[in-house]
Amino acid sequence: MIRSQVLICGGTGCTSSGSKSIQKAFEENIKANGLEDEIKLVQTGCFGLCALGPVVIIYPDGTFYSRVTVDDVKEIVEEHLLKGRVVERLVYNDTGVDTKDIIENVSLGDTAFYKSQNRVVLRNCGVIDPENIDEYIAMDGYQALGKVLTEMTPEDVIKCVTDSGLRGRGGGGFPTGRKWSLCAPNKAPQKYVVCNADEGDPGAFMDRSVLEGDPHCVIEAMAIAGYAIGATKGYVYVRAEYPIAVARLQIAINQAREYGLLGKDIFGSGFDFDLYIRLGAGAFVCGEETALMTSIEGNRGEPRPRPPYPAVKGLYNSPTVENNVETFANIPQIILKGADWFASMGTEKSKGTKVFALGGKIKHTGLVEIPMGTTLRHIIEDIGGGIPNGKKFKAAQTGGPSGGCIPASLIDTEVDYDNLTAIGCMMGSGGLIVMDEDNCMVDMAKFFLEFTVDESCGKCTPCRVGTKRLLEMLDKITKGKGTLEDIDKLEELCMYIKQNSLCGLGQTAPNPVLATLKFFRDEYIAHVVDKKCPAGVCKDLLTFTIDKDKCIGCGMCAKNCPASTIHKTDYVAEGHKLPSYEIDPDKCVKCGVCMSNCKFKAISKI
Amino acid sequence: MKSLAELQAIKDKMKDKVVLREGSGDVRIVVGMATCGIAAGARPVLNTFVEEVNKGGLSHKVTVSQTGCIGICQFEPVVEVYEAGKEKVTYVKMTAEKAKEVVEKHIKGGNVVSEYTIANRKA
Repeated sequence: MIRSQVLICGGTGCTSSGSKSIQKAFEENIKANGLEDEIKLVQTGCFGLCALGPVVIIYPDGTFYSRVTVDDVKEIVEEHLLKGRVVERLVYNDTGVDTKDIIENVSLGDTAFYKSQNRVVLRNCGVIDPENIDEYIAMDGYQALGKVLTEMTPEDVIKCVTDSGLRGRGGGGFPTGRKWSLCAPNKAPQKYVVCNADEGDPGAFMDRSVLEGDPHCVIEAMAIAGYAIGATKGYVYVRAEYPIAVARLQIAINQAREYGLLGKDIFGSGFDFDLYIRLGAGAFVCGEETALMTSIEGNRGEPRPRPPYPAVKGLYNSPTVENNVETFANIPQIILKGADWFASMGTEKSKGTKVFALGGKIKHTGLVEIPMGTTLRHIIEDIGGGIPNGKKFKAAQTGGPSGGCIPASLIDTEVDYDNLTAIGCMMGSGGLIVMDEDNCMVDMAKFFLEFTVDESCGKCTPCRVGTKRLLEMLDKITKGKGTLEDIDKLEELCMYIKQNSLCGLGQTAPNPVLATLKFFRDEYIAHVVDKKCPAGVCKDLLTFTIDKDKCIGCGMCAKNCPASTIHKTDYVAEGHKLPSYEIDPDKCVKCGVCMSNCKFKAISKI
Repeated sequence: MKSLAELQAIKDKMKDKVVLREGSGDVRIVVGMATCGIAAGARPVLNTFVEEVNKGGLSHKVTVSQTGCIGICQFEPVVEVYEAGKEKVTYVKMTAEKAKEVVEKHIKGGNVVSEYTIANRKA
């Protein structure tokens, strides 16, 4: 009889920090102590606190162990599982109170990281074994599909989704119910449901986590969408760089077929639906819906002009509904708990929750799901644990290469679709990169432009040539060769690219530049007028110097300089025994190694 | 899958297996499992509690877990029963048979088996 369960995170983050070998160590130690019949090991999806991985949770106590190593496993098994003594030093504690108190009185849901979260999309991630369909069924899995097929008409389903106010979570925010209702009336011999799992924004990984942690909910939702619009076939377009997600999704599809939850005559209703995986090769443009469909068809992933919209002519020229993973993951819950329940969360025009991937300069890097309308301050300071090393918050970047940034002055913005659009930003798929005073905004814009230049498919000129020219201008500015005129030209070109590009990639590519120009124009001016990078990032505008009076002459800088540009001088500062060193500015490569090696803080960059 | 009944059957069968992960139930049975407890035979007591709770279909409201040394080693195996809004009940010198009786009379029936409690020992 199982009395305790050990849940080990098998998401990509924890897997890369060694959760597989921890699982093996648990197996061995549990066996060595003869506990095989009492303790069950479960590999789950992402818990969200990726910064503290690998994560292990032990139930029924709900003990949350973070940063577990293989060497800790023996202790956990012998102390906790055998003798019931919690290994205090490994318990996650973000409250500052005594760990003993946490073990006895604080449940995981009460910690700062989880307290304000409302897990709808992620409700099963970190709870069930994603490779076991029975566990999904135990958590009300496939009940929504059952309800839809036996009690509801396709019109009822679309009405329920429309009433819930659910909007596309891939970035655009198009109402999902409207998308379905535009497709449903179109007659065709074959219609399709497509799931966009080509998550391409740097820093976003919520879709991957859903597929890794709860793949069946996407399958169930796609079948529901199929019933609503009259499609019998579906494709999940997922990037090949997500091997764990692809493997688990395939296992889930196979299990669903075996149970007859995919295939012919599901629940005896006469409705047929089946699902196939298509792997993307990682082109950013394939996240654009028409390019994605072109790619599924086996052609080069290039967008095509809309209209006709996919609801009329989509995959193989047939009516198609295409939604993002996170959008689909909401559907079963909406069907089961009702449109009103969903609409009770969030703001007036943005209902429900949103998953954000927190990254950058923030303590709790990871995945959080919060109601729409939560303030940015709450997300960063409370849930995310604030900025590490006592640095000051400067801006948050959302929406990846298509998005903009929210400056510190707008930290009290309630995050939803319309508020972000109003400040010239965009929700995007939910990547949220936090930047502190050490980040240069011009450099950030340049980083995203480098990305879009690489990823532009080349079909239309404004995007292909325009982004390249934008990047060249930014490069010129970061090298200190820009002029005030360049800033005006930059802005003009941005508007031109936005208005004339064929698809979303080009239309949104200038956003990082426009947003930083709007909120951080002074930084651009500092680069072109003063020839200085205020954050100290742009190398060409930096000079490293040694304060000869602080230098004690230890020579650590010279020893570690990769370019041998640091030499001894004749000057001996008062009170010092050895002569100080100096940097040859002409040869310096500005790597900063000297500065990090100086224990006496004698080196500075200006 | 041809009917909702089939789906419900799988759900019912699996529910007990995942219910552990929903956190503490209303009633918590805690078995002292330090070296003294294990030496005195706490393991079969713990396993009996787990089995009986499951057999009785109580797993949704009763959590069986373990703890370290409670501090009264001479009375091991020691079992504590916590119930919301009620005073803690401490059973001492437990055996598998006594455990069955506690589940039957106390957990299901609501009557504390006072002859096994520590209060009875002291008196």
